[in-house]
Amino acid sequence: MQETLVAALRAREGFSERSSVRTWLTGILKHKIVDAIRQRQRQPVFMATLDGETDLGEFDPLFKDNGAWEAPPAEWGDPENALSRQEFMGVMELCLERLPPNTARAFMMREVMELETAEICKELAITANNLWVILYRARMALRQCLEQNWFMDPSRHRGGG
Amino acid sequence: MFRRLTHMLSCKEASRLLSQAQDRPLALGERVKLRLHLVACTACTRFARQLAFVRTALSRYRT
Repeated sequence: MQETLVAALRAREGFSERSSVRTWLTGILKHKIVDAIRQRQRQPVFMATLDGETDLGEFDPLFKDNGAWEAPPAEWGDPENALSRQEFMGVMELCLERLPPNTARAFMMREVMELETAEICKELAITANNLWVILYRARMALRQCLEQNWFMDPSRHRGGG
Repeated sequence: MFRRLTHMLSCKEASRLLSQAQDRPLALGERVKLRLHLVACTACTRFARQLAFVRTALSRYRT
């Protein structure tokens, strides 16, 4: 594990293309997930903090009492343009790191490892409903973070980028 | 049954269904209600596009 990390860091020093950044980051993310699963097999770390991460609660700060958006999603223009920018992928990584750990794990299993929800539920010993709540939370948080730190951040758009 | 089908979704409910649509096939009634909501709601239509974008962006980390 340590050797892989050293190799990944070494590779990072010499990266010149976006694709090598992605490869590097994917490696790190996958190792984190694998670590998490191994840890869980030794002790149920996932369950320990699950409650706080799946509680939809009566109060959801993103919505008003009548279920309308508190702050409606902003217009992002053509977000696909951002994908070719290294700074954007950096912002996304920071946003992912802000997710609660169990949420991030489940989310990465779904979106990066492309596991079916049934597999994730089995692996993490949670119900489908729990998982849907976790994934919903992850998407809401990531969407909001990208909006605040990229799409609605005027400093990112100098020169019309 | 009729009342359940025509119950208008709130944005909160619509956003949850849009997220779940990425993880499971929605039932017919859910799809109908969601479609009706999206026709009338610019904010949720934006949200739906942004969710799709988030998935595309994360697919960049796949090897």
